[in-house]
Amino acid sequence: MKNNKTKLTPEEHRLFGDLMPEELEDVLHSGFNRRHFVKLMGMATAGLLASYALGAEQLFARAVEMEDIPDLIPEAIENGVTVNFKVNSTARNVLVDSRMTLLDTLRERIGLTGSKKGCDHGQCGACTVIVDGQRVLSCLTLAATCQGKSVITIEGLAKDNELNPMQAAFLKHDGFQCGFCTPGQICSAVALMKEAKEGQASFATKNISTDPKSIILSDEEIAERMSGNICRCGAYPNIVAAIKEAQTGENVPQNWLFTD
Amino acid sequence: MNNFEYKQAEDVATAVNLINKQDNTKFLAGGTNLLDLWKYNITNPSGLVDINRIHGLAEIEELPNGGVRLGANFKNADTAYHPIIENKYPLLSKAILAGASAQIRNMASNGGNLLQRTRCYYFYDPDVPCNKRNPGSGCPAKEGYNRIHAILGTSDHCIAVFPSDMCVALAALDALVNVEGPEGKRTIAFANFHRLPADRPDLDNNLEPGELITSIDLPDKGFAQNYSYLKLRDRHSYAFALVSVATALELDGDRIKDARIALGGVAHKPWRSTEAENFLMGKSANEFNFAAAADIILRDAKGYGHNDFKIALAKKAIIRNGLMALNPQSQLPGAKPSA
Repeated sequence: MKNNKTKLTPEEHRLFGDLMPEELEDVLHSGFNRRHFVKLMGMATAGLLASYALGAEQLFARAVEMEDIPDLIPEAIENGVTVNFKVNSTARNVLVDSRMTLLDTLRERIGLTGSKKGCDHGQCGACTVIVDGQRVLSCLTLAATCQGKSVITIEGLAKDNELNPMQAAFLKHDGFQCGFCTPGQICSAVALMKEAKEGQASFATKNISTDPKSIILSDEEIAERMSGNICRCGAYPNIVAAIKEAQTGENVPQNWLFTD
Repeated sequence: MNNFEYKQAEDVATAVNLINKQDNTKFLAGGTNLLDLWKYNITNPSGLVDINRIHGLAEIEELPNGGVRLGANFKNADTAYHPIIENKYPLLSKAILAGASAQIRNMASNGGNLLQRTRCYYFYDPDVPCNKRNPGSGCPAKEGYNRIHAILGTSDHCIAVFPSDMCVALAALDALVNVEGPEGKRTIAFANFHRLPADRPDLDNNLEPGELITSIDLPDKGFAQNYSYLKLRDRHSYAFALVSVATALELDGDRIKDARIALGGVAHKPWRSTEAENFLMGKSANEFNFAAAADIILRDAKGYGHNDFKIALAKKAIIRNGLMALNPQSQLPGAKPSA
């Protein structure tokens, strides 16, 4: 929790005063927390934020930095390891238990809960993040081994208010249902774009000695290369369409249609 | 999940020394299997020695004898995509790319790939007996659900299979494993690296305590013209092999000058039969001869019920893969490839 009191902008103040007056004191005193964020999301879904667009936008932008997690007391850790590394271009210095995975460190210590814990055993891909340019499983990576490395999570893909093209394509193509695997799917797909650009082969590639050049991925190639990310809702056709659109930059027809 | 001490080693001597001093300390490379086993309470290291920062282990170099040395810390993905491997040892690239997922191949090291443990359900369940996990406790797989289990080289004590794809290609290529331990350095032929379960299924390989794999040497002969890796599994991708076959041929016209056939998913180690390979020498590379070789390889195969199908499947796989090796461009990634 933040020690300093939160200063709301006039737009944010108006939004809280009008829509959640009962929360205003709490926000001013203890900060904009997860519970407020969830309420705000509910209102957005119900279409109640139309006249508060600016305030809502400012609040949503706060969301990623809404929690400061205090350092653990070193004496409380039996085998503590201090790790200096970058997360989404921000330098981080955390003291972790030697057993702590990168996933738990991101979620529980740094407050980035976008990366998901699905199986925690390297079988589902929900925890996929990009470390030094390569997609890896954060559930099977010890934080202690990340000294000096650069980690990109789903929270670090958008630039300012502009989504990463892969995020936009997943939205357009409805590349998810419940959304739990989505951060891992998107991180995986973003790293895949680099692999394809570098001409890296897959098990579905006919001639693996092909000269290194950019590969435009077929549906079969995308399926093979994304097989480490499981989607139990079965949004695979939409995920494939999203990745194709993000890779080619060309309009790919959606697999779904609105009906009257 | 037990507590452990985490240490980093900057050189091989330090790493070996750190392991040697403490009981139950393990080397940590990619961690993709070790952390999984630790979370399941199958392995309980009191300490981990991180070898990822050891200088010189993460390299690949050409050897004076025409071969290639793969550093133990060189990643599986980097190995598969390295131009020398793609061009000279495409069988190895194929086998690596058949295994795991892109994320895991980015993390997993070459040395660690050799040391992964079986995915036998009973081995992975600490609440049931298993001679590999708890010597002398019994093997429920023999009478139990054994669809994924071994058909060759089994013993009364264990019918687990070794899960690697990469190692099937390394076996076919006659790789050498360089290790360093408290007693110094030595080189182990790939065929002698992994072992059959016999009465000590707790031992997967012939490494001595405290020995660290430092590199893997590939001989000059890469079989880049005629090779194929076929992997048959329950899912089209990201699943362990029920049966896999690495075939490498050297041809003189349609005559076989040299043949290597290694099987995965059927035994406690990558399976080769010198008798079958010798049988193929000088013969013409056709379906009939590959079938005869398959019969030799599978002569002593034994099913345990659910895995009986593997014997027939392995024969078909050996034949099909032999034919695909004649024209590597015809390789298809699985049992039922898309159009």
